Formats: sequence, C-alpha cells, structure tokens
Amino acid sequence: MASLKALKVRINSVKSTQKITKAMKMVAAAKLRRAQEAAEAGRPYAQRLESVVASLASKVTVSESSPKLIAGTGKDQVHLFVVATSDKGLAGAFNTNIARLARRRAQEMIAEGKTVKFYTIGRKGRAVLNRLFPKSFVHSIEPGDLGKLAFADARGYAEDLVARYEAGEFDVAHLFYSHFKSVLTQEPTEQQIIPVAPSSVPEGTVPSTAAPAAVIYEPDEEAILADLLPRNVAIQLFRAMRENAASEQGSKMTAMDNATRNAGDLIKRLSIQYNRARQAAITTELVEIISGAEAL
Amino acid sequence: MLHFELVTPERLVRSEDVHMVVVPGTEGDFGVLEGHAPLMSTIRDGNLEIYKTGATTPETIRIEGGFAEVNERGLTVLAEKAE
Repeated sequence: MASLKALKVRINSVKSTQKITKAMKMVAAAKLRRAQEAAEAGRPYAQRLESVVASLASKVTVSESSPKLIAGTGKDQVHLFVVATSDKGLAGAFNTNIARLARRRAQEMIAEGKTVKFYTIGRKGRAVLNRLFPKSFVHSIEPGDLGKLAFADARGYAEDLVARYEAGEFDVAHLFYSHFKSVLTQEPTEQQIIPVAPSSVPEGTVPSTAAPAAVIYEPDEEAILADLLPRNVAIQLFRAMRENAASEQGSKMTAMDNATRNAGDLIKRLSIQYNRARQAAITTELVEIISGAEAL
Repeated sequence: MLHFELVTPERLVRSEDVHMVVVPGTEGDFGVLEGHAPLMSTIRDGNLEIYKTGATTPETIRIEGGFAEVNERGLTVLAEKAE
C-alpha cells in the first residue's frame, strides 16, 4: 500500500489537473458561443452564392472555352485533398476524425490507381497524414487560432489553390473538414470544391432566379461565372474553417468536461484509499499501545 | 419600398427597406428602385449609395468585390468587404 504522504501528493496533483481541465472547459464554452455565431453569420452569404452559382452553371453550356473551374480538366487522375484541421490538440477526437476520413478516402483512391496529394491547413492533420503519406505533400499551412481567421486568409488559400489548379497540379480537389451539427456531434465531411460539383448545391435551396428568361446579366453569364467561381472556392474554404472552429471548441468542451469528471472520480477513489490507510495506521498504533500496556 | 440586403462572408451587414440604392456595377453605376427588372451584375470596388427616402442625402458604404442580384424579393449585394 502506498504511503499516506504519497497518496496525499497524488490527490493534490489530480486536483490541480482537474482545475486546469475545468478552466479549459469554461474557455471552450465561451469561445464556442462566439464561433457558433460566426459560423451562422456566414451562412446567408454562402447560401446565396451557392444558389447563384448553381443557377448560372445550369444556364451556361459547358464547352472547351468555359472556365476550367466548372468544366474540369477533362481528367480524373490527380486528386488533391485539402484537409482542414486545427493547430492545437486537447480537443477529443476532433482532429483524428477528420484525418481518419481523409486517410480512408485516400486509401480508396490509391487502390483505384489514382494519385492523391495533400494540402493541409492545420498542424494536427499534417502530423497524422505525414506519417502515412510522407511523399504526397504539396503544401501545408498553419493557420493559428481558428476563431480569429478572417475572410482574407481564406481568400489567400483559395487563390493559391486555384493557381495550382490552373497550373495543372491536380484535377479534382476535395475539402475535408468537420461539420458542426451540435455541441455534442461534429461530423467529418468531404466536399468536392474544384471543379464545382453539381451536387455541391444543398437540396432545398431554390435557385434564386425562378424566371430565367427575364434576367439581365451584366456583363454576361460567362463573365460573371468566371468572376464568381474563384470567389466560390474561397467562400467554401472560409465556411469550412468557420465550421471547423465551432467544431473544435465543441469537441474541446466535451473532452474537457469528461476529463474533469474523470478527475473527480479519481479524487474520490484516492480519498477513500487515503482514509482507509489513515485508519489502518491509527488502528495499528492503538494495537501497539494496548499490547504494550498489557505486557506490563 | 425596395428590400435591400448587404451581405459579406462574415455577416449580414444590412437588411432593410429603402427607397433606392445605387450600385457600382462593373459596367457602370446603376440605381435600383422598387420593381426593377431581374438583374445580375458583378461589382467593382466603390461606394454603395443608399437613399432611405427620395429626398434625403444618401448614406454611402464602401464595398469591395462581389456581385449584386435583383429579383422579385429585392436587391441583394454580396460583397467581400463592406465598411
């Protein structure tokens, strides 16, 4: 049995751990609210843009001359996986889940004979994927605090992506991020961002131009589309990162809540052990004194 | 009255009923009043002028990058940046 002193030290150390996890939970809860509001504030823009792109895309006939972002490169060989995670750990399975989905899809693609490249946003995703696919990295970005990302950052990444696409580095780009469903559930999600997939338009969004005949386009459909498509990539990235920020905090809050509870259980168990040890010591002492007195 | 919305990726900046809005389109400024024909236009960096009523001086908002859409529900300006 551990000595009384050792137990006491152990209990105190668990107690201070519990204090830290509790504080982290509070911080995550506060940040979560902000991240959630930010994610919701960005939705109207993304939805409108999506519906406009969809209604335009349905009107423009895809030909050789149409922008590559909508027509594709005509090949389906090189796939780029844009994996958005966070820079920090201690958020439960948040980063692991995204990386796992990306890994599974990558293995499927490779089994089909396709080439997979990685473009990571966030240090944690990079750490996992780098171990498995060390030679497939194109670029990795460490965005820092996800909650503080501005649209300008997302646009920078998107411009980089589009430039790489135009240069023929890849044919299809998939985006991996965690969809924020609720505080308790975050779902790792895959989305094709380049070229614009027809299925990227969520069901239920009515194309905003219900009467297509009467709409005036200025300059013309193709020019507007060419302007909007790179913007759309930026928006999708931005939205994914906003969702990620909210998911990260949600996941962190749950993880820290569990940690706090576990620490509480541990403290309870250790206290019982400590009390028993203390009583045993007292009993032994008493027995010694009594038997000593009896011996006289 | 014309229903007018100004949206950026970060938030919904404006959503209100106004008299007229002058939008800096790529091919020239255009004013949108109630009952405007459906229109879609890209915008250049410039000032958006909002006339709350016919007589007042306009309120200007600087916007950068994006596009404007007019449909039966009103005018929606999607801008990357608005101040």
